[in-house]
Amino acid sequence: MAGIVGYGAFVPRNRIKAAEIAKQWGKDPKSIERGLLLKEKSVPGLDEDTITISVEAGRSAIERAGIDPNLIGALYIGSESHPYAVKPSGTIAIEALGIGPEVHVADFEFACKAGTEAMFVAYSLVEADKVEYAMGIGADTSQGAPNDALEFSASAGGAAYIFGKNNLLAEVLETYSYTSDTPDFWRREGEFYPRHGGRFTGEPAYFKHVTSATKGILDKTGYKPSDFRHVVLHMPNGKFPLSAGKRMGFKKEQLEVGWVVNKMGNTYSGSSPTGLAAILDIAKPDDLILITSFGSGAGSDSFILKATDLLPKRQGLAPTVRSMLDNPRRYLTYGEYAKYREKIILNTGA
Amino acid sequence: MREVAIVSAGMTPFGELWETSLRDLFVQAAREALENAQVSQIDGIYIGNMSGGQFVGQEHLGPLMADHLGMTGVPAARVESACASGGVALRTAFFEVASGASDLVLATGVEKMNDGADVTNVLATAADQETEVYHGVTFPGLYAMIAHAHMHAHGTTFEDLSAVSVKSHYHGARNPRAQFRMEVTLEQVMNSSMVAEPLRLLHCSPVTDGAAAVLLCPLERAAEFTDKPIKIRGSGLATGSLALADRPDPAFLDSVSLSTSRAFDMAGVSTADIDVAEVHDCFSIAELCVLEAMGFAKPGGAAELTQAGETKLGGKIPINTSGGLKSKGHPVGATGIAQAVEILEQLRGEAGKRQVKNATIGLAQNMGGSGASSVVHVFERV
Amino acid sequence: MPSPRYWREIPTRYRLEAGRCKGCGKVVYPARLVCPSCEKTDFEPMQLSRKGTVVTYTVIHVGPDDFQMEAPYPLAIVETPEGARLMVQIADCDPADVKPGMEVALEFRKINAEGHSGIICYGHKGVPA
Repeated sequence: MAGIVGYGAFVPRNRIKAAEIAKQWGKDPKSIERGLLLKEKSVPGLDEDTITISVEAGRSAIERAGIDPNLIGALYIGSESHPYAVKPSGTIAIEALGIGPEVHVADFEFACKAGTEAMFVAYSLVEADKVEYAMGIGADTSQGAPNDALEFSASAGGAAYIFGKNNLLAEVLETYSYTSDTPDFWRREGEFYPRHGGRFTGEPAYFKHVTSATKGILDKTGYKPSDFRHVVLHMPNGKFPLSAGKRMGFKKEQLEVGWVVNKMGNTYSGSSPTGLAAILDIAKPDDLILITSFGSGAGSDSFILKATDLLPKRQGLAPTVRSMLDNPRRYLTYGEYAKYREKIILNTGA
Repeated sequence: MREVAIVSAGMTPFGELWETSLRDLFVQAAREALENAQVSQIDGIYIGNMSGGQFVGQEHLGPLMADHLGMTGVPAARVESACASGGVALRTAFFEVASGASDLVLATGVEKMNDGADVTNVLATAADQETEVYHGVTFPGLYAMIAHAHMHAHGTTFEDLSAVSVKSHYHGARNPRAQFRMEVTLEQVMNSSMVAEPLRLLHCSPVTDGAAAVLLCPLERAAEFTDKPIKIRGSGLATGSLALADRPDPAFLDSVSLSTSRAFDMAGVSTADIDVAEVHDCFSIAELCVLEAMGFAKPGGAAELTQAGETKLGGKIPINTSGGLKSKGHPVGATGIAQAVEILEQLRGEAGKRQVKNATIGLAQNMGGSGASSVVHVFERV
Repeated sequence: MPSPRYWREIPTRYRLEAGRCKGCGKVVYPARLVCPSCEKTDFEPMQLSRKGTVVTYTVIHVGPDDFQMEAPYPLAIVETPEGARLMVQIADCDPADVKPGMEVALEFRKINAEGHSGIICYGHKGVPA
């Protein structure tokens, strides 16, 4: 049986408060915070991108796994903000991580669920004995359009998972995916900001796929909501995952560890993977864990995992998600944020 | 080797010389040197120039300049060692005459920096491309790191750095060829805009166009050309690690120390014998570090020497009476030769308001990059 | 940044690959053909630890055009536990906090990008440890 042998996350250190963005656009900070259940989000520096985040998360995963990176036979990064349109983020990551050249690499895109799809494929290659270890990463530095609702939540961060068959930190008990063509949120080639269908992104998109995938994996395995110690769902804002979780019969205590969006924002392909890393940081042996992602377009991937006896021994080998969220951070003004996110218009000369 | 003299000099004003091209700057300075010696045939030309190629797209300066001087056929070549190009051109000319291979050689330097090139990027080519420039360093940035190291190791203060600029401008105000001929106050220096902490605008030498030339000949023939020759008693050149991170002590300029002892050994002199010196003050901190590496002060002691007024006209060892690179200007390749021109005038008693009384033995120290090359010459009144 | 020149430096920049001189033990970063201390040409390949101490620094206010958006940015010489020194920017901290003796971790970062169509240049920067 294959499972997670190493995991790591990285969240940039800069922050901006929802209130600061609200002030910029003449909105009421309290309504925003209440409506989205979001206090602040992470902001990548001018020197950070999906690749730098993937490398640092990958390094932590290798630390926790304690394996020779050269044994990793495949690496997939899922993101909707790959720095190049053509040239894989993955090749830069393998060089930085000391992986290869005998390795499979490709970049994945599926809005916010590219990361979990990358994880699924990595897991499956190991399960099928095609490679000894494989890494799946979800990382993003997505843009929210100015004065749009998504500007409050679009943030940066990611997590990396190494799958193998020995010395597991968490077993993968089952996987499931639910996908359809649902145009709730998209970005055309060459456009800087995405567009979305407003309230259409709710029931027909997020809720339908998250609940269908979760129901699908529960039906397939026979588990009930109360069997799980921890549950993490994709977090486009603070409200949706709590609402979906409640609707599906999960309790607040099951959802709270993975619910990192409140201080992190929505790291898109990094969202549920980073929430999962926060869970693995504190999970105890035999804890049953459920993760369901969501990517616009649309689809959801679900995994059921079980923590092993080895997990507590490896948790401390790399920074925890909580430390990245709770340690003192630097808060930006809207102007600094706009500069870092390159929202300020410059000449397009080379 | 036979003894070598400098018998005449030529120099353009230093500044933003919009009307004058690279080649014409050279010709102006070279012709002045030739006319002052009443010479029309020479045996060779060396042209100190950091980067005609990057500033104005022009390499192959040897034939270009000989041609424009009306001397096509004469052996000529460019010499490069970043900001020490002029000093190395002088050294090359010196050895050619000293060896007996040539009699009359023009050692020149020229730089045209204001024709629209990205000066910061061009100057950065004197630093380590792969390990320094790649990370966003600038020249002021490198010297700023040297300054912080010096302040950390020796307690040198921001006021100490600023005092150097005040002195430079005091001298430059008395130099008709200088780019900046106004004095500045300590407050003006300390409050000028920040470039790279702790260095502010008025701690940094400017961007300048200019050219200078000196004519060398064997000492035994000097009387044919002038009744006030000076002789070159010693020349020393040394390299240091190119990258600042590779220096044993970022606050100490090993190449300066080594080039000085080589020049002093050849000349048979020590710091006590020097009456006046031109040193490479590309940034105020450089002057302090150079004085220490040369032995005019112990490490950490140059600030005190400066604050005591000893390096100003009237002091024990006037430094950069020309105004230095700071106030006179720094057309990169020309600086090393311009330093020699200042010492020539000092030793001849022709330095006007900048005159050091009874100057007999003088020195010029020219440096490349963040101290990766240094060339020193010792001169004596004949 | 020409591609071949960039590609050649990947091991140095991405993995901090260095060489330990078999003659005198000096750790040379980036790796070279000849040891600057003892002139021998036999090295043991190694990677630097991703941490170090600030030796000296500055904060660049007027930077090269490509870097001007990031100004003011701290730049420092950092010494790793192996005794190698390298020049890196210091990120994610108030420039006023950078000083000799500061401990940093070396993190993978984007160093520069050639406009909108050129290649992206990566490397390491120091972050407060």
